[in-house]
Parts: sequence; C-alpha cells; structure tokens
Amino acid sequence: MIQSVLHPAGIQASRIGSLWNGYMVVLTTVYVIVILWMLVAVWRAHKNAAPQISDAEERPHSITVGVAVGITTVTLIGLLIASVATGSAVGTYGDKKPDALEIDVTGHQWWWEVQYPDPEPDKSFKTANEIHIPLHQPVLLRLATRDVIHSLWIPNLNGKRDLIPGRVNKLWIEADRPGVFRSQCAEFCGLQHAHMALVVIAEPNEKYQQWKSHQQTPANDPVTPEQRHGRDVFLSLPCVNCHAITGDAYATIGPDLTHLATRPTLAAGELLNTKGNLGGWIVNAPAIKPGTAMPPNQIASNDLQDLLAYLESLR
Amino acid sequence: MSKQGTPRVAQASSLRPGRGAQAGSLRYTDRAALEKTWAHAPGLLGWLSETDHKKIGLRYIITALCFFTIAGIEAALMRLQLSRPENTLLNPDLYNQIFTMHGTTMMFLFAVPVMEGMAIYFVPLMVGTRNVAFPKLNAFGYFIYLAGGIFLYTMFVLHAGPDAGWFAYVPLSGPQFDPGKRADTWAQMITFTEISALSVAIEISVTAFKQRAVGMSLNRIPLFVWSMIVISFMIIFAMPAVMLDSGFLCLDREVSTHFFNRSEGGDPIFYQHMFWFFGHPEVYIIFIPALGYVSSILTVFTRRKIFGYPVMVASLVFTAFMAFGLWVHHMFATGLPQLGQSFFTAASMMIAIPTGAQIFNWIVTIWTGRLTIRTPVLYVLGWFAVFIIGGLSGIILASVPLDVQVHDTYFVVAHFHYVLIGGALFPLFGAFYFWFPKWTGRMYGEKLGQLSFWLLLIGFNLTFFPMHILGLEGMPRRVYTYQQGLGWGPLNATASIGAGIIALSVLTTVINFFVNARSGAFAGANPWNADTLEWSVSSPPPPYNYVYPPVVSGPNALWDAAPDQPYVVGLRTDKREVLVTQVLDAQPSHREELPGHSLAPFLLAIATTIGLAGSIFFAWWFPIGLGLVGLVMIYWFWPRKEDVIDHLVEEQREILREEPAV
Repeated sequence: MIQSVLHPAGIQASRIGSLWNGYMVVLTTVYVIVILWMLVAVWRAHKNAAPQISDAEERPHSITVGVAVGITTVTLIGLLIASVATGSAVGTYGDKKPDALEIDVTGHQWWWEVQYPDPEPDKSFKTANEIHIPLHQPVLLRLATRDVIHSLWIPNLNGKRDLIPGRVNKLWIEADRPGVFRSQCAEFCGLQHAHMALVVIAEPNEKYQQWKSHQQTPANDPVTPEQRHGRDVFLSLPCVNCHAITGDAYATIGPDLTHLATRPTLAAGELLNTKGNLGGWIVNAPAIKPGTAMPPNQIASNDLQDLLAYLESLR
Repeated sequence: MSKQGTPRVAQASSLRPGRGAQAGSLRYTDRAALEKTWAHAPGLLGWLSETDHKKIGLRYIITALCFFTIAGIEAALMRLQLSRPENTLLNPDLYNQIFTMHGTTMMFLFAVPVMEGMAIYFVPLMVGTRNVAFPKLNAFGYFIYLAGGIFLYTMFVLHAGPDAGWFAYVPLSGPQFDPGKRADTWAQMITFTEISALSVAIEISVTAFKQRAVGMSLNRIPLFVWSMIVISFMIIFAMPAVMLDSGFLCLDREVSTHFFNRSEGGDPIFYQHMFWFFGHPEVYIIFIPALGYVSSILTVFTRRKIFGYPVMVASLVFTAFMAFGLWVHHMFATGLPQLGQSFFTAASMMIAIPTGAQIFNWIVTIWTGRLTIRTPVLYVLGWFAVFIIGGLSGIILASVPLDVQVHDTYFVVAHFHYVLIGGALFPLFGAFYFWFPKWTGRMYGEKLGQLSFWLLLIGFNLTFFPMHILGLEGMPRRVYTYQQGLGWGPLNATASIGAGIIALSVLTTVINFFVNARSGAFAGANPWNADTLEWSVSSPPPPYNYVYPPVVSGPNALWDAAPDQPYVVGLRTDKREVLVTQVLDAQPSHREELPGHSLAPFLLAIATTIGLAGSIFFAWWFPIGLGLVGLVMIYWFWPRKEDVIDHLVEEQREILREEPAV
C-alpha cells in the first residue's frame, strides 16, 4: 500500500511525473548556474582591489544581465507551454471516452462515502473509505461534501481536487497497474483531518466485476443463533440512527455497513478491520478518534460478542 | 498647519566664517533648542504618549520579536509532536490550535510588523527628516497592533485560540462547524493588525514622498526606501480585502449574515478569492523589504552603488503589480476552469523575471565590487543560496498539474519556509547585525554572529529540505500525527533535529545582541563607512535626527557628499518642524509642524479595542466602541491654546505683509 507522487500507477500521474522530471532537470540546472555565478563573483570581489564603477566597466555587465533575463524569460515560456499542455491532457482526459465508469464520492468529517450509481436503483450500492476500480478504465469521480471542504488526493493516480459545499467537482483517474493505493484528505477539515484516509484498489476487470456484483447483493442473513441475536442487538441500539444495512436499516449519517466485513480498514483507515478493533471502536470510538460522530456504547459483553459475530458475517 | 516662508539651503562653509566659535555656538544653540523641543517625556505617561518614530519603530521590532519567539516555541512543539509516528504529546485539539497560532502569529504579528518597524525606524532617517508624517497615527498603529496580539494570546490562554488554520477557510471556520469564539478571535485579530498595517503604510508613503531631503529626487531614493514605498502601496490595496473577508466571516458568525453560506446563496469560494487576493501580495509585503536590506548591505560591503538601479526600482514596482495577479495559484485544486488557470500559471511564472533581474544585478554588483565578508554579508549570501530554492519550487507550484500533486502537502510547507525564512528572515537577521551599531552605538560580536549564520543555514536546511520529499511521499500538511507504516518517520525526525539547531542559532544571536548592547566596542556614527543618511548622525540617533536637514547630491548620499556639503537652515527649533519637499525632484516646498507627545493615540487604541474585542461577545459593543472612538477623536483634534495663538499671530503677519505702506 503506497501513497506517493514518485510512483505513478496511472496515465495522469505518469504524465505529471514526466513533467516533474523535466522541471527538475531545468530548475536544478538553473540553480547550479546561478549559485556558481554568485560564488565566482564572491571569489572575484574578494580579490578586487577597488570597485569598478565607471560606465565603461559596467557596460559589458549590462549585456550579461540582459542576456540572463532573456534566457530566464525563454526558459519560463518553455516551462509554461509544457505545463499547460500537460495540464490540459490530464484535466480533460476521458471527456471524450464513452465507456467511463462514474463513481460518487462524498466527504464527511472524517470519512469517505463512496457510491456506485446504477440505472437500476437496486443495483446501486454504497461503501466507505475504499474505491475499487478496474484496470485501464477511465473513471470519473464526482466529488461532493456533506459538511466542510475536503480534498481527494490519490497521488499515485492523479493530482488532488477539492470537495466543496454546493458544488460537484470532477476528477478523472485511471490505473494502469494493479495495486492498493492509499489516499488521505489533503484540505484541513477539522479535528481528525489526520485520520481521513481511503484506499483505491485497482484490479483486473473480472475481479472488479466479481466484487461489484457481490456488493450489489443485499446483506447476508444471519445464520447462527449468535448472529441472529447480534442483529437484534444492532437493531435495538442507536446504531440504526446513523448506519444502513440493506434490508434492515436505512440511515445515511454514518457509513453503510451492508458489506462491512469485506472492507480492509475501519474509521477511515485508522484501524485494521479486525474483530478486536471493531469491538473497541463500537464500545468507545471517541477514545480512539476524538471528535468522531460515533458515540460510545454501553453494551453487555455477551451482547457485544454476538453483535460482532453478526457484523463479521456481513461479507 | 503649513507655514509660509521657504527655508534656505545654506553652504556649510558660509556658516563658519573663520572656522571659529560663531558657527560652533550657532550649532550649539540650535542643538540645545532642538533637544528641548524634541525631548522624550518621562514616566509611564510619557512612554504611552511617545511619538518619536525611532522609539515606536523599535517597539514594533521588539514586540514582533517577542511574538517570533512565541511562534517559534509553537513550531518546536509541533516538531516534537511530529518527530515520531503516532506521538501523543499534543492532542489533536491543541495541535490544531498551535499550528493555527504559529501561522497567524508569524504572518500577522511577526513578519509584517517587523518589516513595518524597520520602515518606521529607518525611512525618516534615510530620507533626512525628523519624524514620520503623522506621528500620532504612528503611535496609534503600534498600540492597536499590540492590542491585537495581546487579545489573540489572551484568548489562546483561555482555550479559545483559533483552530482553523491561518487562512481559516469557511465553512470550517463558519458558525456551523466552529462553535465558540475561536474563529471570531482570529477574524477580529486580523482587523487589529490590518488597521495597524494601513496606518504604517500611509505614514511611510507620505513621509517618503513628501519629506525627503532636498536633492533626493526619485532617482536618488535608497532602494531600502523604495522597497518600503512599494510595500506601503501594496498594503493599501491588499489589506482592505482581508479586512472585508474577516469582517464578513464575523458577520456570518455573529449576526447570521450569509456571505459564505452556500444554502442561502453565499459562496465559500468567494472567501478564498478574497483571502488570497490579500494573501499572495502579503507574501511580497514580507519579502520586498528584505530585498531592500539586501541592497543596503551589498552597497556598503561591496563599496559600490547597486548595479542597474533603474532596473532594480522597476523590478520592485513590477513585482508589486504582478503580485496582485496570481492569487488563484493557491486555489488550483478547487476546480476552476482551465483557461483561467492557465492565465494565473503564466502570471505566477512571469513574476520570476523581475526577481531574476534583481538577483543578476546583485551578482554583478558583487562581481564588480570590493567585497568584505562580515556577518550581514554572510546572511545575504545565505539568502541567495536558500531563497533561490524557494523561488524555483515556486515555479513548480505555478504549474497546475504539478501544483495539484503537491498542493497542501509538506512540499508547500517546505516551499513557503524557503521563501519566508530564506527570502525574508535571512536578510532581516543580516539587517539586524548591520544596523545593530546604529541602534545601540556598539558593535556586535563578529565571531558569534558568523556562528549564528552557519547554525541557521545548517538548521534551516535540515529542517525544511526533507519536507519537500515528505510532500512527494504523500504527507499532507496540518496533520497532527501519521501512521507508522507510511514511512514518514525518519525524515520527520531529521526535520525536528534541524528545528533544534535553528533555535540554537536564534539563541546565539540573542545572546550576542544582549551582551554587546552593553559591553560591545563603541561603534561611532558610521562604523561601516556606509552611504545612507542615517549613518551621518550619532548612534543611537538624537530624538530630532538632524540638527540641520541634510541636502543630497547623489544616489549614495554620504559617499557623494562634498566636503562642504550644504544643508538646510531656517526650520524653527522651538517647534517640531519638518521640511516638506516636492514629490519628484525634492525641492523645498514649505515647513510643516508635527505634533509632539499625545495620549490620544493610546486612548484611541483602547477605545477601538473595546469595540472590536467586545463585539465578538455581544454585537452592541461595536457601536459602544464607535461612540468611545468618537469621544477620543474629539480630544485628539481639540486645538491647543498655543496653536490658536500661533495661528492668530501668523494671520496678523500676513495682513501686515500685504500692507507694506503701513
């Protein structure tokens, strides 16, 4: 799992990466030349017996400065053209491709809601803090926010784009190699800005389709008596005020839990999705992530065990 | 207020017939009268009613350095918290307050005020006048700045310190997501500091344009003074934008207006445009004075005038104009249209041209000069090495595709510290060393000074260079912690060690100054054999600056002065009179009397503070404050008895002059 500009995994990030390399070569050269020029000047000026200030002595230097300013201008124009060309290629990528996959991403303090819309309403589904995408497929992310400004940034795939109240921003991504790419909110969004991560899982199309059709199914019915009791516990606690489990609960304040057990992490990347972490999170989430909207829950220990058994069955 | 009768320009030699006692005694009586007229008032009330620009300038500088120390401690706390993954030294709430306080303090309470303090102290001296144009406004500006700083830190100690970052984006800082008084504190502090900045800007621009020494035409103004003129105009155009912005934010929070509320037709992006329309010029308001220091220091230590003076001035002015046309590069990630972004990319890149031209001119200045290396020069050379990195990483940020990768990451943190510490703090410290003899009359310790430079250079790069890489590795700014597995630990630990070295460097400078202010070698009036006018008066300068206002006959006033350089006589010594000259060629125009001590500025600052600070708790405090301001203003402008008498006498004289037959 990586999160880095320097390891592009998609066409946009690669293009930006090439531009980056070009800039680095040019700018490093400029830096070395200017600093060397300055050092030679210091060395000379240290040996000068007296300052040279007559017009005749200054004239050749005027030409030098003029040439240097000219070279600077030309260099900047070159950098500008390269930047605008890359920017336009990255920004409009996919606009003309017909088979784009569209995904809605909504920012919340402090987690990501990810919805895969479908023309058939019961085929559309929601998950949280993870985006699955098929390889070599342009994906249009439609970005919105429920509260403050957030910023979605998947450095391995593309630059960032803000999620702004009252607007829907768009961002194209495409992965060219399989992998798990980490992303983290980039615009300061309050107390737990540091703990607002998501992962992008890029996988071959057949695996993606498999995942997708599974996510489209309703939640598994509880099988064992513990799981059945666990579901009763879930429905009798305040959980249902915020969370949804298809078939049982439909609140939209917190993440959709229909397929909770398939997700790699909890609490927007803060915890690995293990039974122990989940139990701790349910009992006292604010102790783990101060400021979270998830309240602490007083819950008998056997009820908790059954609830966990139920939630673990939501695969 | 202005008086008829133009002062004469006297030949110095003509006042010394026989080089004897007469001239000496004339000087002596004038000096004694000036000592009396311009004397500082004793006691606390005297301190509060002081209007001497040197006292007020030093107050600005010392107060700003106190805030610099506090903000530095905040930075150290952040570096401790981030020195290892999942550290728990600071909780997220405290961390968010501390990073907000660090940025806010550094930008609004240190960087801008310290540059203003330098301007207030040196501009009147460098242009050869006795005080700034509006001494009472000047005193008011200081008190309101101090009040803003005290207000901010009082609220911080009361656990109501702002926590939404130094640019406090809505809606995070709005009424819905930031209940309590934290964002109000931030927004109101802006008003305090910007009132102060505006008053300084007005004084400096008027002083530099209308009170210059005879002969100091526009093409002979020292580059230091030019840089201060340029930032004064930038302040006048930039600061109102942020005052409106923070004012709207306050109104949204206090009286439920909807300037930034999307659901009622407001717009959070509008906030960002307004903020950065100020915010980008702000960076240049901090950076351009530093260019003035570089020019002052290089002139003196290369023993020659700055190469390409007209280009230097034009570059400053061009930079100032351009600075208002590139604010959108702070907003590339908000999803603005492509074409608009390209325009701002172009503008952001082209601002490198005037800066480049200045750098080339300085290099040629060094090349053709006779360089002596002292601590101030080291700081200037360090400035080259460090600032240019910041300038070049700025070109990366101007490019939309590159910016959207590194925007809001530690790369940006690295960039703006390279620009602000590298670009402004290095020359500022160089300037402190350079003018320390003028302030104190004593020399600083050279070895300790050079040590402080090397410590700063090493510590600075150790702290901030790794942050470039951290940003590329995906570390966003403003995170209070990061997870073990991300691999950001070692570079963060390096940065934290570097921060310790920076602290050591600053400590070295502080010790150097404290010790040598009392026991350093005597410096005399002009230890560097420097060229600008402030070096022609004693160190520290007397309250009236010049017994006779100087006359300037070249771009380097003292170097170009003849042995019998003329000076101006005819100003009254029993009143605080200054000479007003014409804007372009600085020919004498008329005499102007400046006010002396007054308690009115202090009282006005108190009244303003009551109105502004009170209004965030209860809106009616604002009109109450306004009423108090009105009362103080009546006191401020109440004519003094002697002024009225003077006026009547002048009037009688006019009448007599018009009727010569009598």
